[in-house]
Amino acid sequence: MTIKEVEQEIVEEFSIFTEWMDKYEYLIELGKSLPIIGDSAKQEGNLIKGCQSRVWLNAQMSDNKLFFTADSDAIITKGIISLLVRVYSGRTPKEILEADIEFIEKIGLQDNLSPTRANGLLSMIRQIKYYAAAYS
Amino acid sequence: MGKISSVSEIRKHFPALEQQVNGKRLVYLDNGATAHKPQSVIDLINQMNSRTNGNIHRAVHELSAQTTALYESAREDIQKYLNAAHPQEIIFTSGTTASINLVAYSFASRFLNKGDAIIITEAEHHSNIVPWQMACEMRGAELRVLPVDDRGNWILESLDKLLDNSVKLVAVSQISNVLGIINPIEDVISKAHSLGVPVLIDGAQGVVHTKVDLQKLDCDFYAFSGHKLYGPTGIGVLYGKKELLDSMPPWMGGGDMVDSVTFRKTTYAPLPLKFEAGTPNFIGAAALGEAIRFMNQIDLDAVSIYEKEIVAFLKEELYKIEGVKVYGVSDKKIPLFSFTVEGAYPSDIAMIMDKLGIALRSGLMCAEPLMQRFGAESMLRASFGMYNTMEEAQIFLEGLKRALKMLR
Repeated sequence: MTIKEVEQEIVEEFSIFTEWMDKYEYLIELGKSLPIIGDSAKQEGNLIKGCQSRVWLNAQMSDNKLFFTADSDAIITKGIISLLVRVYSGRTPKEILEADIEFIEKIGLQDNLSPTRANGLLSMIRQIKYYAAAYS
Repeated sequence: MGKISSVSEIRKHFPALEQQVNGKRLVYLDNGATAHKPQSVIDLINQMNSRTNGNIHRAVHELSAQTTALYESAREDIQKYLNAAHPQEIIFTSGTTASINLVAYSFASRFLNKGDAIIITEAEHHSNIVPWQMACEMRGAELRVLPVDDRGNWILESLDKLLDNSVKLVAVSQISNVLGIINPIEDVISKAHSLGVPVLIDGAQGVVHTKVDLQKLDCDFYAFSGHKLYGPTGIGVLYGKKELLDSMPPWMGGGDMVDSVTFRKTTYAPLPLKFEAGTPNFIGAAALGEAIRFMNQIDLDAVSIYEKEIVAFLKEELYKIEGVKVYGVSDKKIPLFSFTVEGAYPSDIAMIMDKLGIALRSGLMCAEPLMQRFGAESMLRASFGMYNTMEEAQIFLEGLKRALKMLR
């Protein structure tokens, strides 16, 4: 599946929720099921610090594809992270750099990417792009 | 005319409280960060922006005279509200942070030398930590920290050890923005004064929840912001005793703060203008004066009784929730509760409650050292203003329980 197709799939999953609470319930569920990254990857170098919560992002290159694992203190943030990992992980650096993702806005979570939320998500996307640029 | 004493009457003056947020009735519990404004303050700001606008102290034309009068009468109303001895002791700044920085720069450049010390406490906001660190670094002085106990109360016995002849200033908060405890500042002031050491009080939270009598309190400096006291943002006050302010050099040079200027030598204007260089936020200052006049219409004793009821209710109810830890335990507490809950992260709780219309603060609260003291990565805070009701306290608890059900 292309990045666009995965995005479309996520948008469809969220389209059944009309209430905010249901969206959050789903994100919490996703957050809980995101594989926790090992403590060895939870080091200072992988830490993205925000005032609200911390995000750890680990990248590995294999077969010209970037694989991401990530974690956060906050479970809703972690749920959103799991969506980002689903979209970006296992892609070539070129695909990542060219992708202009829209699903976050489409499912109504764009507020969480605003700098004022300071939850590390915006920095996480920047960091993903940065890794991709470094490996391309 | 009788004073406004009931919360339902107070609320009617605040249009912001009537709005819906995320489709729910707003329950605004982030007053520790900033409070809403009464209609009279909003009206004055609008009127000045749309009509009464002229630069103060500078011109003979009518609009300038009107704004100057509004600016100076605000100073006098603030002086009377806080019972300061002279209007010149009220310096307008952009807020608590600027007030403290003014003292940290100006006082330190005159009185702080190598080998001297300044005392703060472990429970300070960053704005009452960093300016002193900067001043100490600049002057080669030492920053000493009075610790708090596990309940968040100052360990006053430690003050005797910290306080000696090398100490040049003590800077402490009247009420911590995290703990909500009304601190025994009177004790600190008398101890410091017995050694001739002046005391600065960070009154950002204190001026909102206590009746401040500066002459009785006898502190040497008192700093607060307009926007937490139902006034506008970008305006605040530094109170300082006249003799002390007179002995300090200006910290910013510019217009309105001078007596005469030549390229060889400039002499400075007397207080308060010495510390008010440049065009001040005169609309903000006038509007803060209006907020003070609004406060004068409120029966603050009645507010205080109602606040105590909310504190007692929340104390009891929060402890009933499994895994809740409240920071700041004291009989002298304002309705400001910082807490953590086992198994649920603060920002998650705050995000869910936001969608229920309940505005809370989460994060480090601009007090990282205190967070470290309590081993917390982040906290959640509910802080009440004089317009918040007991019903809202109940809505907050129900919302919290609902969020926890989802998260745990």
